[in-house]
Amino acid sequence: MKGLIAKGSIRRRLVLQLGAVAAILSIAFFLVVQVVADRAAQDTQDNIIAAAATAIADALYADRDRVMLELPYSAFSMLGSISQDRVFYRVVERGQTLTGYDDLPIADSGVSKNTRRFASFTYRGEMVRAVTVVRSVSLRDERRAVTVTVAQTQRGRAVISSRITATATAIAAVFFMVATGLSFWAAQAALRPINRVARSVARRGPNDLRPVVGETPTELVPLVGALNSFIARLRVSLLRSEEFIADAAHRVRTPLATVRAQAELTHRRLNKPEHKKAIREMIRAIDESSRSAGQLLDHAMVTFRTDSLEKTPVDLVGLLAETCDRLAPTADLKDIDILRDFPEGPFEIQGDPVLIQSALRNILDNAIKYSPDDSQITVRAFEDDGFWLQVRDQGRGFGDADLGKLSQRFSRGANVADIVGSGLGLTIADEVVGAHFGRLVISKNKKGTGACVSLVFAQP
Amino acid sequence: MRFLLIEDNAQLADAVVGRLALDGHAVDHAGTLESAWAFINAASYDLILLDIMLPDGDGRDFLVDHRKAENRTPVIVITARSEVSDRVGLLDLGADDYITKPFDFSELEARCRAVLRRQGGVAANHKTYEGVVLDSTSGGLTINGNTEILRNRELRLLEVFFRAPGQVFSKSHLMDRLFSFSDEVSENAIEVYVGRLRKRLDGSDVRIETVRGLGYRMVGKT
Repeated sequence: MKGLIAKGSIRRRLVLQLGAVAAILSIAFFLVVQVVADRAAQDTQDNIIAAAATAIADALYADRDRVMLELPYSAFSMLGSISQDRVFYRVVERGQTLTGYDDLPIADSGVSKNTRRFASFTYRGEMVRAVTVVRSVSLRDERRAVTVTVAQTQRGRAVISSRITATATAIAAVFFMVATGLSFWAAQAALRPINRVARSVARRGPNDLRPVVGETPTELVPLVGALNSFIARLRVSLLRSEEFIADAAHRVRTPLATVRAQAELTHRRLNKPEHKKAIREMIRAIDESSRSAGQLLDHAMVTFRTDSLEKTPVDLVGLLAETCDRLAPTADLKDIDILRDFPEGPFEIQGDPVLIQSALRNILDNAIKYSPDDSQITVRAFEDDGFWLQVRDQGRGFGDADLGKLSQRFSRGANVADIVGSGLGLTIADEVVGAHFGRLVISKNKKGTGACVSLVFAQP
Repeated sequence: MRFLLIEDNAQLADAVVGRLALDGHAVDHAGTLESAWAFINAASYDLILLDIMLPDGDGRDFLVDHRKAENRTPVIVITARSEVSDRVGLLDLGADDYITKPFDFSELEARCRAVLRRQGGVAANHKTYEGVVLDSTSGGLTINGNTEILRNRELRLLEVFFRAPGQVFSKSHLMDRLFSFSDEVSENAIEVYVGRLRKRLDGSDVRIETVRGLGYRMVGKT
């Protein structure tokens, strides 16, 4: 369709948006798991080192005026349970290291009795987690504050942390993929009603002017409503133009019929040859104008119908036979015989029977009009690289007229000045076969006089 | 023949009635569908001529009701509409034929004859003169038990003579009956058809006489 640019797909947009949301959620999930896991690992280590520090502090005792310590090895075995981490400790009393690593920093500022303080720092080239507790030991005459610091490297925690990270990554990835898949499905499901409406509109033929009905999602109701009102207006305007053509015909033809009938009546009653001649002239003029009016209206109708061609299965042979039946009385008036040469089977194509019959009637009517009295018209139907419907008469033919130009509007043969005609008959036939992707073939008879006009339709 | 003309245009109806009466047909005229039904119920007709646009309804509805009532009287629709748009509808609704306004009376007559012929069963339209039987519907001419089918113009010419045996018809009068207004023919053309009729009538007691200077008449041998 001209002017209609397909840009942006709702489906793609939905999938992209839902996918982006899924990605954000996956990343958030990953980060949260990471932080929580890290935190949990940290807490575990903190608890263990705190327990170890407390165990050491509990092992402090006073021996007269000295603070004594018997290292509880259970404390260290507890620390060793996590992994291959190294453990450092230091017990300080009044700035003197009682036991442990002299250079282990002590963060005892602000650490009071029965509290503990955690810290992370680099010691001997490795990150360690340290806890400091202060315990006061009662000597004989005074209480001494003793600081116990236990530090542990964080290798185990890093291992746990990386394991959790891997798991979180995997879960996030799976979540993302599932969510993306679901977003495809959701987009599809959300668009299904739209697709249904679009299909039901696209499926209809060019002349199907019924309104679109059926279940329609609320969001599409305004659009479908607008479409329906447009269809309704189109139908009304098409009907109106068809009615107009019919009405125009009626208004032109009824008075003409009255005039003609009266003239014919008068002609019969008159006796003087010169009066009769005058009436004859009048009737001829009426015939000419009514024929032109009729063909103009037929032509308008043909143009109208070819514009909105409605195709149904059509049997060309049947139509041809019907047309012959229809025109036989007219031919009979001039003692013209219509010889039929039809095959058995039907010639079936897709087309508009009304139009095809109009074309056939026009060429057969022409043949009758231009045939001499007591002659024959041969109507044939045969297959020869297409379906041929051929009308051959023994009339005067087309004279020296340019055969190619005969199907043009108002163009007539070079030798027909004395016969009433508008020159639209072949135009109508030509437009009808053109609309059916066929062609009009006009030729002179090989022997004798007469014309041969064929409608050729492509075989399906 | 007896016609019922259903047509609301009074002038056209007058002309049609007058013109058909000239050919010896009896015509009743109904201006509305209502009066048409009254006519149909009161009398029987050989043929109905029906207009489509009527003041109290659509002629097509009449057609449908007429067929529903299983009335066999053939109907020829006189339509003013474009042939392209109306053709299918009319024949499908049960019209036997249609003729487009304005129409030629000889064509109307030919169509009536064709319709009646197609329908068959209708009582034959016979005229007899001196043992020669002419059937206007089928065009059959029966002489001594042998029936020949006349060609259209022979039939029309013989009908003129049969309507008024012994009367002299001028060449120009016969010409008018035989040829359409658009045909340019010389008066001598009539001699051809008279000649053919004479050949057809060979062996019967009927012959067609030339009345010098006046025209022709049909007489019996006696």
